Amino acid sequence: MSEIRLAVTPEDRHIAGMAAVAIGLTLAEAAIPSPLPGVKPGLANIVILLVMMQNGFGAAAWVMLLRLLAGSLLLGTFLSPGFWLATAGALGSLCILSCSRFLPVRLFGAVSVSVLMAFAHIIGQLSLAKIWLFPEVDITLLMPVFALAALIFGTVNGLIVARLVAKDDVTGAQSANA
Amino acid sequence: MTASRYWFDTVNLLKSYSKSGDIFVLAIAGLFTAALFFNAWLKPMGDAVIVRAHGVVKVRATLKRDGDYEVLGRLGFSRIEVRHGRARVASDPGPLQVCVKQGWVSHAGEAALCLANQVSLEIDGTTRPFDSITY
Repeated sequence: MSEIRLAVTPEDRHIAGMAAVAIGLTLAEAAIPSPLPGVKPGLANIVILLVMMQNGFGAAAWVMLLRLLAGSLLLGTFLSPGFWLATAGALGSLCILSCSRFLPVRLFGAVSVSVLMAFAHIIGQLSLAKIWLFPEVDITLLMPVFALAALIFGTVNGLIVARLVAKDDVTGAQSANA
Repeated sequence: MTASRYWFDTVNLLKSYSKSGDIFVLAIAGLFTAALFFNAWLKPMGDAVIVRAHGVVKVRATLKRDGDYEVLGRLGFSRIEVRHGRARVASDPGPLQVCVKQGWVSHAGEAALCLANQVSLEIDGTTRPFDSITY
């Protein structure tokens, strides 16, 4: 009998670990009651943005897709309309994440990327909802509520990432000095 | 005052952990959100629908009463529906169907234009953002 062995690199382990944290946050977030379906803090974006800033876009995209797949399997929403809405939102933020590599780092930090990601997320989600799920419903009344949520949660998540990265830099510098 | 403390904490965090470009992005996002609020909730509602064919007023009706109207344009009849204070072009013989896809309009000054059929639907109100819309 032959044994199949997959070579696991330390980066694979790191991505898997970060994806697990993101999935945990997704599950925790699903338990928070929300006034409007779809208005959520998006805590998993903290992990994704952190991975983006520390390990680059490829790793962040992996974490995002793994979280989407595993999160929906665990919540039982895989392939349901909610899953497709989440996918549309994730693809929107993935586009922004990909473009954010070209922003000058001196001027734009985690807050910018986080806010833009949050807006791209609702734009992706609402576009799919309008095109596919509720073509006859007027969503203009809902748009400002989603936008306000994206603004607030995007800012807060971005600040959390900026703070974590800054702390990491400080501790990193200290350990380098020691 | 817990609420104001959170506010000050957030402002302090923003001062410490954001860059100049971040403030710019936040300002744009804030303006965008405010514009969406204004667009959805604060724009004055219209009180009448005006339907024109070839620029001539064919129908002028209140939005307070539901109704169906047919207006003859260059290609054929455009059907206008008024329901619950909103109006839309329900069907139009034009090839692109832009005015049909636009859906319901209800705010003063909003319009749906069926260019090929030369039919226009406009919402009239006491205050309007534009004086008139024409081809």
